Amino acid sequence: MSLPVLLFASYADAFGTRRVDVPVRLPCAVREVIAMLRGLPGGSVLPPDPLVAVNHEFVRGEVTIVAGDEVALIPPVAGG
Amino acid sequence: MADAAISAGIAPTVGGVVRHVAIVDRPIDVARLSSLVEDDGVGAISLFLGTVRNFHDGRDVAGIDYEAYQPMAERELRSIVREIGDATPGLRLAVEHRVGTLVVGDVSVAIAAGHARRAPALAATQLVIEALKQRVPIWKREHYLDGERRWVDPTA
Repeated sequence: MSLPVLLFASYADAFGTRRVDVPVRLPCAVREVIAMLRGLPGGSVLPPDPLVAVNHEFVRGEVTIVAGDEVALIPPVAGG
Repeated sequence: MADAAISAGIAPTVGGVVRHVAIVDRPIDVARLSSLVEDDGVGAISLFLGTVRNFHDGRDVAGIDYEAYQPMAERELRSIVREIGDATPGLRLAVEHRVGTLVVGDVSVAIAAGHARRAPALAATQLVIEALKQRVPIWKREHYLDGERRWVDPTA
């Protein structure tokens, strides 16, 4: 089972893709997905506590992800 | 960029209050945005424009690529506008942020606030831009005159 995670901006550059499939068993906690991402090529770019959005809302690490959720890793925002 | 689609520029009226939000991949029509918050009961329209400037951290900037997580960026913008609008009865707000490649002088973000009185209108534009910079998933990559390109990290 794998979970697609959307990547943007500097994270997309670091991982070399805009969508990475993370091999995790669902449901699982956001922090488990982050831990898996750290182990992938480019994962060292992630800060200690990266921002994550599930279904377009910022969430904390203990939140549970279920199949069908849209998960995105959010680099430090810089709009304006 | 493929995921930076044009958003329909709807201006829903919620209980008589205009709340317009859009992420756009074309030049922002500032006059149109301002007109969205006009009303016979409005005595003050405050307009904030963010523009691309030609320097940052001592380096010469030629342009900026803006990227957004479109559905979430619009959702966050909508939420900001709702929070600020709910706190100020009679406030009319219209916000657009542009994505894509912009050059020096281009308008990247425009915020129009209309109210019967000037103080709430002036305050609203500042509240929106500060919240936008904190919460809305939009990123910018600066192009420097020496050819380098770098994503801006305000937390660095």
